Amino acid sequence: MTGTLERTGTAAPARHRKSLASRRSNVLTLGMLALLVYFLLPLFWLGVASTKSTEDLFSTFGLWFAGDLNLFTNIKETFTYGDGVYLRWMLNTLFYSLVSAGGAAFLAALGGYGFAKYRFRGNNALFGLVLGSIMVPTTALAIPTYLLFSKVGMVNTPLAIILPSLVSPFGLYLMRIYAQDAVPDSLIEAGRIDGAGEMSIFFRLALRSLAPGIITVLLFTLVATWNNYFLPLIMLNDPDLYPITVGLAAWSSQSAGGGSGSTGELLALVVTGSMLSIIPLIAAFLLLQRYWQSGLSAGGVKG
Amino acid sequence: MNTHAKSGYLFVAPFLLVFAAMLVAPLAYAAYLSLFREQLIGGTVFAGFENYTRALQDDRLMDGVLRVARFFVIQVPLMLALSLASALAIDSGLLRFAKVFRLGIFIPYAVPAVVATLMWGYLYGPDFGPFAQLAGKLGLPAPPFLSDDWMLGSMANIVTWEFVGYNMIILYAALRAVPHDLYEAAAVDGAGAWRIAWSIKIPALRPALLLCLIFSVIGSFQLFAEPQLLQRLAPSVIDSGYTPNLYAYTLAFTGQEVNYAAAVSFLLGAVIVVASYTVLFVSGRRSRS
Repeated sequence: MTGTLERTGTAAPARHRKSLASRRSNVLTLGMLALLVYFLLPLFWLGVASTKSTEDLFSTFGLWFAGDLNLFTNIKETFTYGDGVYLRWMLNTLFYSLVSAGGAAFLAALGGYGFAKYRFRGNNALFGLVLGSIMVPTTALAIPTYLLFSKVGMVNTPLAIILPSLVSPFGLYLMRIYAQDAVPDSLIEAGRIDGAGEMSIFFRLALRSLAPGIITVLLFTLVATWNNYFLPLIMLNDPDLYPITVGLAAWSSQSAGGGSGSTGELLALVVTGSMLSIIPLIAAFLLLQRYWQSGLSAGGVKG
Repeated sequence: MNTHAKSGYLFVAPFLLVFAAMLVAPLAYAAYLSLFREQLIGGTVFAGFENYTRALQDDRLMDGVLRVARFFVIQVPLMLALSLASALAIDSGLLRFAKVFRLGIFIPYAVPAVVATLMWGYLYGPDFGPFAQLAGKLGLPAPPFLSDDWMLGSMANIVTWEFVGYNMIILYAALRAVPHDLYEAAAVDGAGAWRIAWSIKIPALRPALLLCLIFSVIGSFQLFAEPQLLQRLAPSVIDSGYTPNLYAYTLAFTGQEVNYAAAVSFLLGAVIVVASYTVLFVSGRRSRS
């Protein structure tokens, strides 16, 4: 699937460009430029705002820099405020999302491969059950999960965030579609003739072909856990365990509660903290963006 | 195949195990809890479907459901139209710097809903939001983004900002998979870029659009971070029942009405599943006729 995709993807635009080069539309480009401004201007504002002191935030125009650059003071204060709790939140987020995404992608790859390549009894029924659960909203599930976890004493632990994030029905669905085409049956047969066990065929032969699909699912769950707010909000009450989203929300409610005065300084920290928190994910997106496309098209086309 | 068939269970077992523990078990537990009622005297007693009949007559819950339904009807078509237009524009070959547009429009998806809402909250704000500043310079009153009348629209704007790029990438990826011979054949027949987009590309995008639509149903009905964070800026506009999810949260964690919250969560999940299948059914029927 992706094999053909990559090929049409790279060959076609070249031909396309040739025939259409003379017909580039300035009107369309301008229209899209307006759209691009809409999407990037808020981020520009955030970048500008993070260079300002709280006073300058109020007294200078939002979309341009103030006279003095306060960025490094803001960054330093963001990382040192409350005994450096911000860095802790960042590391928590990193930890929760990497473990969740890694685990979810692995389970989805294993399961998707199993559903795609083995004709066991109940295959279709079980897969249908998982597929149907894509519609079950994660936040409607969060409160029931909280109730269950509090019954067994698991709330307010990292596991309370990680375990629910390990299930990705959409990931399983993508991996099944992906495995169907990416791992040829002849490869599995060849492995069997060589006397390899089913598990070692998966780990030694199939896993390599599955890698692009796995990375797509990895990115999906990484973003989902990184952005998660509802689940950690209800599961955790120890600020040392907060991910960055819950931490920033807590700071923002403190800064809003007090207005000016002692908590007013937090405003600049919320702004700077927000700005810093989105850099890693944006960088990851830009670096890994081609994987999004290949994996998503497998799901979109056949979905 | 038959001798190996059983090893299939080994592969799917880990996923299904976690699936059962993290998805089926909480739902079952919530269903169980929702059948009980807490009393000041006598503790928890079996209540049958009492929580559900209460939920169906609960005006605050119904207001919330209707509000997110209204949100869905207005915001989702707008968002998907923008996504579709961007995907088609980027794929058309008529655009200069297509890659810059593709990446730039997608970037907001990397911004967590919490950060997006805090940021837009500041942008909307009357104190140092640039809109209010600009209006002030022109001698106009600040636009009331956080007022009762504007709030749902302001929230729709945040969600649109967050998700146009995500939907665009799904649609764009699907467009890349359309065989390009089709375009060339059409071009030979004299079809222009607009005609090709309308007659070949959009029909080819049906399954991908459907996928986007389903994800949007699920997303709209479980709105939480946006209203919960904007509530602090406009406590008189956003009450605890503004969206069903916010209501369930308040019930469980402020009101300590665990059993009723379980029923509301369960009902909300059911509403979303029904809405998703309705979308599937309606679009499936339309494609057949």
